[in-house]
Amino acid sequence: MLSLLPPAFILLIGAILIGPLKGHWRSAVLLAAPLLTLWAVWQVPDGVSLTLPFLGYSIEPLEGSALRRLFATIFALMAFVGGLYAFRHARWYELASGYAYASGAIGVCFAGDLITLFLFWELMALFSTVIVWCGGTPAARAAGIRYAIMHLLGGVILKVGIEGVYIHTGSLEIRPMLADNFDHWMILIGILINAAAPPLSAWLADAYPESSPTGSVFLSAFTTKTAVLALILLFPGEPILIWVGVYMIMYGIIYALLENDARRILAYSIVNQVGFMVCAVGIGTELALNGAAAHAFAHIIYKALLFMSAGVVVYRTGKSKCTDLGGLFRTMPLTTICGIIGALSISSFPLTSGFTTKSMISQAAADGGMATVYFLLAAASAGVFLHAGIKFPWFVFFQKDSGLRPKDAPWNMGAAMVIFSALCLLIGIFPETFYQFLPYQTDYVAYKAGKVLFYLQLLLFSGLAFFLLLPLMKRTLTISLDVDWLWRVAAFRVGSAIYNASSMAGRDIEQGLRDLVARLREFSRRHLGVGKDEASRGLLARSWLIGTTSLWIAVLLTAYMVAYFV
Amino acid sequence: MSERPEDDAWLARPSSIRLLWRAFWAVLALTVIAQVVIKVKGYFVVDGWFAFGAVFGFLSCLLMVLVAKWLGYMLKRDQEYYQEQDDA
Repeated sequence: MLSLLPPAFILLIGAILIGPLKGHWRSAVLLAAPLLTLWAVWQVPDGVSLTLPFLGYSIEPLEGSALRRLFATIFALMAFVGGLYAFRHARWYELASGYAYASGAIGVCFAGDLITLFLFWELMALFSTVIVWCGGTPAARAAGIRYAIMHLLGGVILKVGIEGVYIHTGSLEIRPMLADNFDHWMILIGILINAAAPPLSAWLADAYPESSPTGSVFLSAFTTKTAVLALILLFPGEPILIWVGVYMIMYGIIYALLENDARRILAYSIVNQVGFMVCAVGIGTELALNGAAAHAFAHIIYKALLFMSAGVVVYRTGKSKCTDLGGLFRTMPLTTICGIIGALSISSFPLTSGFTTKSMISQAAADGGMATVYFLLAAASAGVFLHAGIKFPWFVFFQKDSGLRPKDAPWNMGAAMVIFSALCLLIGIFPETFYQFLPYQTDYVAYKAGKVLFYLQLLLFSGLAFFLLLPLMKRTLTISLDVDWLWRVAAFRVGSAIYNASSMAGRDIEQGLRDLVARLREFSRRHLGVGKDEASRGLLARSWLIGTTSLWIAVLLTAYMVAYFV
Repeated sequence: MSERPEDDAWLARPSSIRLLWRAFWAVLALTVIAQVVIKVKGYFVVDGWFAFGAVFGFLSCLLMVLVAKWLGYMLKRDQEYYQEQDDA
């Protein structure tokens, strides 16, 4: 019975139960629902296994494949470990939203048609906005509204594309396409907005760091990675994605280097890492798509781990700016070690999950003879170590002594971090075990002596560059402008300029009308006005003598008669 | 905060930092020298050259830091920038 239920609904029911249940029952649901979902994910067979009528369409809410199960697995796992991390500290509506959000992501994984995909897509947009709002500050409320506008806009664009595809082809099936007509472009743009692709990348670094310490862990996992899955399903081998990805990679590095807020550094590095995946989807070979899927899987783990360690710091100290932090390793050894494992993984250090997954993408670029992409990816790997791998742990846990002596993580947060740290290392040390779950059969070998040596040189010398260039990277109390400046400031200024101009024009017109009325009144007074005596009367208001009047009447009648006879 | 450096955590003492730097230089040297024994496969000729990874890694980081620094002059604003815009 349970195996007939799409896994997304199991988690959604869990999310609904979180509200009414209390105490241990709530904790039990929080921990059991994702595990039950995980079990259900692995019961989904290949191919379409459920077809339902919906508004006159026939939809397929449950279609399985190795790729779909891989993404659903990590989403369910993420919900479990995220729930473990959060369940003693987050408010119930944040937890419920987190689970509903995760169920949306899992729903997208198994969507067999574009309508199902769209419905779960919007479910994610809805509940991720609630999580941003759960930050609870005025800044979080404002960022949540900007976030919601961006995602609703993305949803509308996606829907335009889906409707176009249905009208022009009559099929709602999810199948590979290229950006070769208007409909496909709309779908691509709608997905890319969720992937934080340029020019609309700013929403991510705007919203995620405003959420609560527990909320950011959920946010880091689902939206961008479902977008990657959708790209793998719909646009494998679309060449434009290669350059979109490379841009995202470089954007993430540069903005993270400029940033002072520890969680915003991590947010920028999400864009950077998703860039690797988008680039891989653009390359589109089996190895590249394996790389994109594997890297998404590994990325969710180490990125959540990084947000967890940053979250513990925010939870314990209430601070997230590098300028306020430092020296925390003294009293937070567990958080420091887990943060470093996450940082090494994101930098794709050998023996961590990043190395065994990201190197597939570089290998795919090399196999495809794409020299420019290959060298840019190599430079970016160095840059990731620079901006996230060292910068994050260094400024948060080491650098100067900030004088802060916070306690280490509470047990449940610690346990969540340990689980994900272990997974980072397991995927890094035993990659072959992990590779068998990838969408395509592969005999890719991660560890070759030459390759390991090349990456060690690359990374360690980036580390050297970091410490030698530290004076150039002095933290400042600043933010960095992004494309969203165009609507947060420029559009606002243009709007107020138009408002001012039109209200000034309005004032002029009103004044003109008032003058006109005054002039008309003056005119009528002069010609029609009735005064006290004859001399002050208007021209047309004066009285005539009876004789003059009858003379003029006689003249008129004569003229009339003449005209009649003539 | 500790008064004397030797009371602070081991990692924060100047003597240990000196030691760590020496170890770091040694490891750096080792990764380059190891290329004498271990062949690095070059996919595009140059990446197989001796110490290419080291030089490329260092230079790309240098370039990225400089570009970020330069862009920072244009893009950086005070952290209250958007709040002030809203109030204006």
